[in-house]
Amino acid sequence: MASIPHGNDHAHDDHHDHHPSGLKRWLTSTNHKDIGTLYMWFSFIMFISGGVMAMTIRLELFQPGLQFVEPEFFNQMTTLHGLVMIFGAIMPAFVGFANWMIPLQIGAPDMAFARMNNLSFMLLPPAAVLLIGSLFVPGGAAAGGWTMYPPLSIQAGIGMDMMIFAVHIMGASSIMGSINIITTILNMRAPGMTMMKMPMFCWTWLITAFLLIASMPVLAGAITMLLTDRHFGTSFFNAAGGGDPVMFQHIFWFFGHPEVYIIALPAFGVISQVIPAFSRKKLFGYHSMVYATASIALLSFIVWAHHMYTTGIPAAGQLYFMYATMLIAVPTGVKVFNWLATMWRGSITLETPMLFALGFLFLFTLGGMTGLVLSLTPVDIHLHDTYYVVAHFHYVMVAGALFSAFAGVYYWLPKWTGHMYDERIGKIHFWTSLIFFNITFFPQHFLGLAGMPRRIPDYNMQFAEFNMMSSIGAFGFGLSQFIFLWAVLKCIRGGEKAPAKPWDGAEGLEWTIPSPAPYHTFETPPTVK
Amino acid sequence: MTMKYWAMRASGVGGAVFSAMAAAKMEYDLQPQITEIGRMQQDLHVAIMWIISVIFVIVFGFMFYSLYAHRKSKGHKAATFHESTSVEIAWTVIPFLILLVMAWPATKAVLAMKDTSSPDLTIKVTGYQWKWGYDYIHDGFGYLSMLSTPLAQIEGREPRGENYLLEVDNPMVVPMNRKVRVLITANDVLHAWYVPALGVKQDAIPGFVRDAWFKAEKPGIYRGQCAELCGKEHGFMPTVVEVKTEAEYEKWVIAQKLKYGVVDKNAPAAATVAAPAAVASAATPVVSTAAVAAVPAAQNEALPAKLFFEVGKTDLPANTKAAVAAAVEFLKANANAKVALSGFVDKTGNADQNAELAKNRAKAVRETLKTAGVDEARIEMRKPEVLTGAVDNKEARRVEIIAVK
Repeated sequence: MASIPHGNDHAHDDHHDHHPSGLKRWLTSTNHKDIGTLYMWFSFIMFISGGVMAMTIRLELFQPGLQFVEPEFFNQMTTLHGLVMIFGAIMPAFVGFANWMIPLQIGAPDMAFARMNNLSFMLLPPAAVLLIGSLFVPGGAAAGGWTMYPPLSIQAGIGMDMMIFAVHIMGASSIMGSINIITTILNMRAPGMTMMKMPMFCWTWLITAFLLIASMPVLAGAITMLLTDRHFGTSFFNAAGGGDPVMFQHIFWFFGHPEVYIIALPAFGVISQVIPAFSRKKLFGYHSMVYATASIALLSFIVWAHHMYTTGIPAAGQLYFMYATMLIAVPTGVKVFNWLATMWRGSITLETPMLFALGFLFLFTLGGMTGLVLSLTPVDIHLHDTYYVVAHFHYVMVAGALFSAFAGVYYWLPKWTGHMYDERIGKIHFWTSLIFFNITFFPQHFLGLAGMPRRIPDYNMQFAEFNMMSSIGAFGFGLSQFIFLWAVLKCIRGGEKAPAKPWDGAEGLEWTIPSPAPYHTFETPPTVK
Repeated sequence: MTMKYWAMRASGVGGAVFSAMAAAKMEYDLQPQITEIGRMQQDLHVAIMWIISVIFVIVFGFMFYSLYAHRKSKGHKAATFHESTSVEIAWTVIPFLILLVMAWPATKAVLAMKDTSSPDLTIKVTGYQWKWGYDYIHDGFGYLSMLSTPLAQIEGREPRGENYLLEVDNPMVVPMNRKVRVLITANDVLHAWYVPALGVKQDAIPGFVRDAWFKAEKPGIYRGQCAELCGKEHGFMPTVVEVKTEAEYEKWVIAQKLKYGVVDKNAPAAATVAAPAAVASAATPVVSTAAVAAVPAAQNEALPAKLFFEVGKTDLPANTKAAVAAAVEFLKANANAKVALSGFVDKTGNADQNAELAKNRAKAVRETLKTAGVDEARIEMRKPEVLTGAVDNKEARRVEIIAVK
């Protein structure tokens, strides 16, 4: 980005485009585009770190018996894999998208609180160091699962405390990011851009930001109570002192279930941009999409105990949470039907972003369907804490959130870099990811049905074949992500020059500015009719 | 039935692949259920699988048709419609109705699952890191159930057996066709008692008792595993239940009573001095083979006796009476002898406080001995060299009464 081309609108404020270069640019930046880029790269580094942990897990599970790692280290891997992927990879990726795209989509010059934006990113690297660094302290990293259930998490060593502080810091970062996003969207829209004219991506992020503000403090409370139970003699979760270990689960999942939608809703937003663009047809049922998103967000706060059917909550509780959980299928179904109706009788082309969006649609829905299976308490009694659940949430998180992030990256890369990515490499990335993903996770449904618990380093011979298949798939999926890195690096370094609007079906203000996007955009707000 | 729907689920991936897998004795579905509840759960699973499979095929039928027919490369021009209230209402209401249809049988199953009333037999299940304790609370005996797979198999030095990691030394034994209620708790961290064929999975929560029930209809051995992450050996903690016919079960109970020295249903706690189950209530006499092995003196000789304490507490445990009686007995028999009391603590916590705690525990026992008529001069307080010596924390928190001749 050494030379920044200027659009006609911006020629008059040339001097604004001078900005610090080198390290100082990236450390002190208050520019939403630079911070968005930082978020994306941070997310990718964490994605690779969490991926290495996943590969370690799959390597140990390749065959029955203990071959490569000790059970304790295996547990550290499953714990950190979950936390690194959720808090380090997926959430920052979508915050990166928000930073880059929300100002461009609503015609704002930057985020509302530019310095806080810098701080909310700068909190992440120390948190990552704490989290991954905990592997190297005496006793190793926390090994009680990403859910940190006490009393097991009370038993752990200093690695657990590092994890608690890491999550605190990342939570603070998320809350600051959310305040920024809400303020930007509510106050800085271009004249004429009413709420109901906003792109879907802005809508989903607005709602997500409220979810974050409502749920992150709850997590902070839960882990603070863990910390005081561990070190200051309190007994929040210790029955001997009058506490209750299950209370932690209630508090954790009151955060944890909205968290699922914190990850899923921005993904829905990206998909709602990509599918209309490559179907060359307006998004079907815009209003119902907004209402469905809001309904999902509200419902996400009243279903938490479906993660806890086996804790022995009373019959009335099990029934209530079962009904409420089943209900989520309705607005989620509305979204899927709307996307399909958008494609229906469109003029469809299958570039890489569209392929990933379709992969998302197909596999996320499959994950949603198994979610419906799990919502039924009597069935969940069999499947809870087995590999069926592992398969289910990887269909939602990987084929859902991650595929949507890939769709978003390929969709907006020309705007970010000014070059077209290599369509051939993108397609190879899609097909290898799709195939290996399914080889990895589809067999895990069978493992779970047959009764293989999750988080075990060794298993009976009856599970051997599917585990081997799953491991092979995982190695393939892991390697496929280097194709993605290749595609992105190649696109940054050069390639066919991208026009302002490289996708003929795309809509939105971001396509009215040149590619790559100038360092400063929309200093004079555009008018939206 | 089950084969069919999975084959259907996998259509497109290739049903042939899956039938080939079935031949390889690879499990890919819920285990055959041997309880009525289990069958209700399984039927519900089959029903929901049909529903989601049909919806999936229809919905993505539309998607693939659209991908085929409405492509730009085939010259398809985009239509301009982008909303329809009636369609939106239809695809909100129809899924809602389908859910209502599913909710009815699911509700019935939940209520049946939760009805633990009027059991024929109650067994207390306690999760430990990393073994299960089974207490037959009406028959006065109990024992521990531990993984019996040899380490050599885990490390690959021996060929792995059919029940690799799913075998234990002492399974839970229950009678066929009897409603068995299990009271489930834990002693340290969360565990989950999970036996797939019985349709039971219930978390074991330290400090709380939860219940579940089953009525097994077929004799046999049914295998599952702990389902809640409980530390490094979570994967090595099977839950095995053996269902016997009623006659065989009765025989088994008599044999157990003999083995554990249970005299009658309200057996005195004399033989329970070394019971490891710290959470076991006073009304629950528990003897385990492991405990007898660990403290061989407990049953045959009176002293030394060990009294185990709760974390941070000096409250005397349930078996105090027997230990005090043993000490009094010993002092009567040996006129010149003394008893020594040594207090111990576990490794956690502040060292100074722990030293104090160990002393106070010994003092509490001394007071009890005095109340029982023992002259203070014949009680020696002996501070042990290492306050924290023991294999695990539970056995560390103790007072030992030692004979001094």
